[in-house]
Amino acid sequence: MSEGPKPASENPDAPGSPQPQAKAAAPKPEAKAGAAAAKPAAPGAPKPEAKSGPKSEPKAPPPPPGPPDQPPPADMAVPACVTALQSGLAGAVEHVSFWVGDWAVVVAASRFAEACTFLRDAPGCQFDYLSDLTAVDWPARAEKRFDLVANLYSTKLRQRVRVKARLAEGESVPSVTGVWSAANWLEREVYDMFGVTFTGHPNLRRMLMPFDWQGHPQRKDYPLEGPGELLMESPQDWLKARQAAVEADIE
Amino acid sequence: MQTDMPRPMFDTDELVINMGPQHPSTHGVLRLILKLDGERVLDCDPVIGYLHRGIEKLSENRDYTQIVLLTDRMDYVAAATNNLGYVETIEKLYSLEVPRRARYIRTVLSELQRVASHLLWLGTHAADLGALTVLLFGLRERELVLDLFEEYCGARLTYNSMRIGGQPVDVPPGWDKKVLAFCDVQEQKLPEYEQLLTSNRIFMERTKDIGIITAADAIAVGLCGPPLRASGVFRDVRKDEPYAAYDEMEFDVPLGVRGDTYDRYLVRLEEFRQSLRIIRQAVQGIPEGPIMGKVPRLIKPPAGETYHAIEAPKGELGYFVVSDGKSVSPYRFRVRPPSFCNLQALPQLVKGHLVADVVALIGTIDIVLGEVDR
Repeated sequence: MSEGPKPASENPDAPGSPQPQAKAAAPKPEAKAGAAAAKPAAPGAPKPEAKSGPKSEPKAPPPPPGPPDQPPPADMAVPACVTALQSGLAGAVEHVSFWVGDWAVVVAASRFAEACTFLRDAPGCQFDYLSDLTAVDWPARAEKRFDLVANLYSTKLRQRVRVKARLAEGESVPSVTGVWSAANWLEREVYDMFGVTFTGHPNLRRMLMPFDWQGHPQRKDYPLEGPGELLMESPQDWLKARQAAVEADIE
Repeated sequence: MQTDMPRPMFDTDELVINMGPQHPSTHGVLRLILKLDGERVLDCDPVIGYLHRGIEKLSENRDYTQIVLLTDRMDYVAAATNNLGYVETIEKLYSLEVPRRARYIRTVLSELQRVASHLLWLGTHAADLGALTVLLFGLRERELVLDLFEEYCGARLTYNSMRIGGQPVDVPPGWDKKVLAFCDVQEQKLPEYEQLLTSNRIFMERTKDIGIITAADAIAVGLCGPPLRASGVFRDVRKDEPYAAYDEMEFDVPLGVRGDTYDRYLVRLEEFRQSLRIIRQAVQGIPEGPIMGKVPRLIKPPAGETYHAIEAPKGELGYFVVSDGKSVSPYRFRVRPPSFCNLQALPQLVKGHLVADVVALIGTIDIVLGEVDR
């Protein structure tokens, strides 16, 4: 909330460098090289800040280009479930990462449901419990904007893993409601909050927002504040103020 | 339908009705669209979001220390466990060491909170089924827990009782004696509830064989906490992935057999006893030492992400936090609310039961709408 973060928020090339990765990997020095390699290519122009009505002020720091996804240290044994996925579904795993005790695999979006089915059924995995399914928006990442994140748990083997997939804007991903019925509402919430669509979902409606709501609130370019009371009191004045703000922005 | 058949005297169409959002038995603003055939429920579609305050979005624009306050407002009858889940997630992301004394205090607080939350659940659940006495009993004992919280942190509902890296205040002198005295009182009161409900014929008729869910279904649909354990699944985050000081505590995890409403009641009732057992161990074993670990003045975890879960009174409460390493607020803040995931099983539970059983089933999954909607 505070104006704490100092990085120049209007500087378009600020978020481009891989420094956040290098800095982040400080506790594990061997992670540096891989982190830079795993990073997606040019972040492109960061999305312009949302024009949130008349009193929009740039206070957000530049959006980072993507998640750090630190690779595991070289001397760390990769758990059996990850190696099983790598050998069972050749080519599906794009990246393996480890951070503060959590293992995560990044899979291709088109094979997300396939990887989930494998993780549920394979003997060394048995991830029968979908703890959480959510998404993260990285607008500065040019071609694949969203991360779909599933946190899995195995009630039999008592282990955890995180599965991620990268999605472009408007790209659909196969639904995992057939794998775990728990995904039903969680996918609806992801659709509601991020606008990610799931093919094969039985009932893809908004979850928390009203059914006629416009926009997807958890996206980073969605304004934090609404139009305020002016819209309720006199819509005409609000429209004028907004028009003036837009014109000032163009100039 | 054949046209030459005689039309029945009464209309047998399916009836769609709204239950809620303003309904005394929905424990908040929950709206259920029920499709009925007479008194039987054919289908149920919960509509939520009436209490959506955008806590996740808001948290992404607040700094790490301010978010503790927001977590109070999710499950507002169990604020201390919400605090605990959040601060532990950030400590994990930041690799902070928490002093043992603070971890013990946290254990006491979160178990007291579990007792308070279960008391409210017991009272409202029984009141939904017509036993108003239990509500008064439950609120009476809950008041004692709230007094203990008030003495510890000054608040009775939204405690803000934990900080990243430790505890804000030490236990007041004499507080541990009062906690132990409360445990004794609570232990004596438990048979009173059992006397009123466990072999009460009306209560048993209303709860036995109502809303049965098998272990496999319960896992698939993402049930957590007492409802999952009542189906016979051994899953307790306190045992599986110990946090705070639970690895040093001795307690049992009660499991149900049939997975019906009555089992869910029995499981929670036994959890009272186990919670009291943990509270006694923890409060007597609070070690000497600091209550706050070494925490940087500006909390800015290194870039990375983590998921951390705790066993809240309602079930597995998870936080997924992504830090970009540059800003003082999380890049992504996600809560895995247990009530939301338990409520998802409601349509499955109510199918084929009577409208009156819907009331019992809403009570048995123990939802708080502030947490469902966030």
